[in-house]
Amino acid sequence: MNNKERMDLADWAVKEILRAGAQDASVDIANWRQIEVEFRDGSLDNLKESVQNSLDVGIYADNRYSTHSTNDLRRDSLGSFLSEAVAMTKYLGEDPDRRLPDPKCFEGREPRDLHIYDPSFVEVTSDQRVAAARRIDAAARALSEEIISCTGGYEDSVAESVKVTSNGFRGERQITSFGYGLLVTVKDESGGRPRDWNWAQTRFHKDLPGAEKMAKQAVEGALAKRGQAKMPSGTYDMVVENRSASKLLGALSGPMSGRSIQQKSSFLEGKLGQKIASDKLTVIDDPFIEYGLGSRLYDSEGMTARKRVLIDKGVLKSYYIDSYYGRKLGMEPTSGDSTNTVYELGEHSLEALVGMMKKGILVTSFIGGNSNRTTGDYSFGIVGMYVEDGKIVRPVNEMNISGNLTDLFGRLVEVGNDPYVWSSDRRPSLYFKDINFAGL
Amino acid sequence: MAGMTRRDFVKASAKGMALAAVPLIFKVDPIRAFTTPLGEHAALGDYYNHFGVDEATIRDVMAAALERGGDFCDLYFQHSIGSVIALEDNIVSRAGTTVDFGVGIRVVEGDQTGYSFTEEITPEAMKQAARTAANIAGESSNLPPDMLNFHKIPNYYPIETPWEDVKIDRKIPMLQNINDQIMSLDNRVIKAQVYFLDGSKHILIANSEGRAVCDYQPSARILARCTAEQDGRKENNGFDLAGRYGIEFFTPANIDRLAAETVRRTVVLFDAVKPESGEMEVVLAAGSSGILLHEAIGHGMEADFNRKGTSIFADKINKKVAEPFVSIVDSGTNPNVRGSINVDDECNDSQETHLVADGILTTYLHDRMSSRHYGVAPTGNGRRQSFRYPPLPRMRNTYMLPGPHTRDEIIRSVKKGVYCESFTNGQVDIGAGDFTFYVKSGNLIEDGRLTSPVKDINLIGNGPDVLTKVVMVADDFKLAEGGWTCGKGGQSVPVSLGLPTVKVSSITVGGTAS
Repeated sequence: MNNKERMDLADWAVKEILRAGAQDASVDIANWRQIEVEFRDGSLDNLKESVQNSLDVGIYADNRYSTHSTNDLRRDSLGSFLSEAVAMTKYLGEDPDRRLPDPKCFEGREPRDLHIYDPSFVEVTSDQRVAAARRIDAAARALSEEIISCTGGYEDSVAESVKVTSNGFRGERQITSFGYGLLVTVKDESGGRPRDWNWAQTRFHKDLPGAEKMAKQAVEGALAKRGQAKMPSGTYDMVVENRSASKLLGALSGPMSGRSIQQKSSFLEGKLGQKIASDKLTVIDDPFIEYGLGSRLYDSEGMTARKRVLIDKGVLKSYYIDSYYGRKLGMEPTSGDSTNTVYELGEHSLEALVGMMKKGILVTSFIGGNSNRTTGDYSFGIVGMYVEDGKIVRPVNEMNISGNLTDLFGRLVEVGNDPYVWSSDRRPSLYFKDINFAGL
Repeated sequence: MAGMTRRDFVKASAKGMALAAVPLIFKVDPIRAFTTPLGEHAALGDYYNHFGVDEATIRDVMAAALERGGDFCDLYFQHSIGSVIALEDNIVSRAGTTVDFGVGIRVVEGDQTGYSFTEEITPEAMKQAARTAANIAGESSNLPPDMLNFHKIPNYYPIETPWEDVKIDRKIPMLQNINDQIMSLDNRVIKAQVYFLDGSKHILIANSEGRAVCDYQPSARILARCTAEQDGRKENNGFDLAGRYGIEFFTPANIDRLAAETVRRTVVLFDAVKPESGEMEVVLAAGSSGILLHEAIGHGMEADFNRKGTSIFADKINKKVAEPFVSIVDSGTNPNVRGSINVDDECNDSQETHLVADGILTTYLHDRMSSRHYGVAPTGNGRRQSFRYPPLPRMRNTYMLPGPHTRDEIIRSVKKGVYCESFTNGQVDIGAGDFTFYVKSGNLIEDGRLTSPVKDINLIGNGPDVLTKVVMVADDFKLAEGGWTCGKGGQSVPVSLGLPTVKVSSITVGGTAS
């Protein structure tokens, strides 16, 4: 099936849903093909290839709402599936705020090429995939005798989707995705088997980095953890590497959702226009970045994507409001989804930020922990490096940071110049002053 | 492979309530119009009909899978129907269904796996998928079995009515009852959300050793959350009950409990403080504190990590890892418990596996591949999220057996520490052995007594080290009552966990600065 055929099927499904007694409907149909190859310690370990479909409908019947999902796209079985889904919807409670977005939200969508579909996708051969996975595994193992095990992986996928609503939305999309990376485990005389990983995710095949460079970073990262141990509890400056900074920044996005605000379970409720972080934090949602992993022309409701400022020099400017919670809150919808999250960058590299710490901890990853959306309290486990006078002294682990997110982001004194491009959240490294660490 | 960047973790309540799973009210699945609705313990023939296959077709597909060689292959057929109903702002205002159907085909050669799946259960589509999976092979060769033998399995989760047959109008009043109670039990409560989630999973598995099994796996859960407000401060918490239950489990007493516990666990947070940070004695309440085991030792004992040499437990079989009164089990046979399985996802019998017996590490958790690698019998731990994935060694219900002490003497023995009662999630790095779990609520212990409530602290330690520091184990074993989900390699499976009241002599508590 191609997108034209999916569009026809979606139009038919909308008609069926209306025929069964609903007033409005939305239909999404998608197809996804994925191939994964893994090499472990010199041998092919895993090979996976498959194709899958999905059909998701939203039903609006007599002020009632339900959603349904199936992977069987045959019309003879879909017909009864849809009519029975409509019948079931009528058992639910009335909720007049449940409606499709106002059609004016679909306006202003300009056709532009976001470079999220790589036509060279079809030219990638099985041999090339296997060779890529083999190469990165071999590159890593060539770098050190201390490696216990290494797994190198390559994957690619192509997804096609259409979306249709009964009030006029029509959209389609094609996306390619490429992934490449490795996981390395090394020996450690002091017990334990430290590991590190490196993974790149891109929209275009040409943008995948080379095996040797990726392997070097992962192997060095794992070797640097040998002898890791906890240190005394205390106050330290903290630099968080861009790769892991999403753990902290991501703790803000849940409380920014329209649902959390409306259900009064957000510590950011009532804080629009107020300072929630230092002026080093400027966060923008940008759907139009070429090759961006989150780029799109319309959101999951079909609303036209727009670039917007979420946080401006520490001041909260916008929530993630979909059309439903917009109505419940009496606010204009922004979008319930995030696209590419970009940050105003600073001047310093990660190395330079580390060089600025007199007594601090470079956090290379977090382990577990959680944050409380309603109060902003958090507690996260960390793994990293102890730094003294700007130099890495020894690896640390089994430590924890704990506090409140408002206080934490008030202590953000620098951001790096190093956006993490392998994610739709393109965060830089972050420098925080005087953070409490729990350890010995 | 993107799955490798995900650490191994356990999560409690589903924050992402975008599950599009809804209760069906119809006797026959609307998509497939099966001739035989599957009863709770149907025969193999019924399952063949359900999936529209027969033994000859299955053997043909296996022949295609083994065309290029390979020691083994299996076919995993799945039909799942899931449902969610959600109540918010006093209205049952949203519901969703998910129907999923397909077959996964795996070819194994030594330690190597080829995998493909299809949603089209026709001979042509299945053979094409089989040939794709066969690309892993090229060494040995094998033939499909002459016949498939139906391997009978016990039933650890009998229920009265399959969930596909439970009408939505039986569930809605339960949610409304819980909501009404929550909103009236305490005048500080300002918001409530209640969810009813249930699922039916029908599976048929056949392998090239000639074994075929089928199973019906129900699951059900009611989850409630509320927000309360006092003096301008807000607190939010929740409570859930989950298991392989039928609707009969949700009795009036359980409905009342869902409401009462949700409110109690929320309002107690107003008085809660954060303890100091640093190493201290910690007492874990009986029940879902079993997350300690899941993270500290469970993942590290999954045999694939040990086969690859990446787990900190890789050289610890038959060694002493804990005091002699510590015995840890991973079992799939607990009646109606969320992590129980009648058979694993590779046709192997479920069992009660003794990981640690009287302080000695005795066995890993094996799937078929690792059991052959180590030359031992499989332990029934080969599980998969769905037909889209090959199986991996996974946990089921992981718990510690009762010990010689009592809860009272354990608490009395602590001069300064923390008592941990409820948890939200945990994570482990199986190589370094670091693990953490997040304590949502508990109490300080001061001079042998429970004092102020505490909240929102992460505990962090080293798995093998913490096991040696379990110094007291009480006789009051409990399994978790709520829904726990384990993630590994990009696949989620339902699990449970349990513990008696236990004292750990030292673990780092991520509190506030002193």
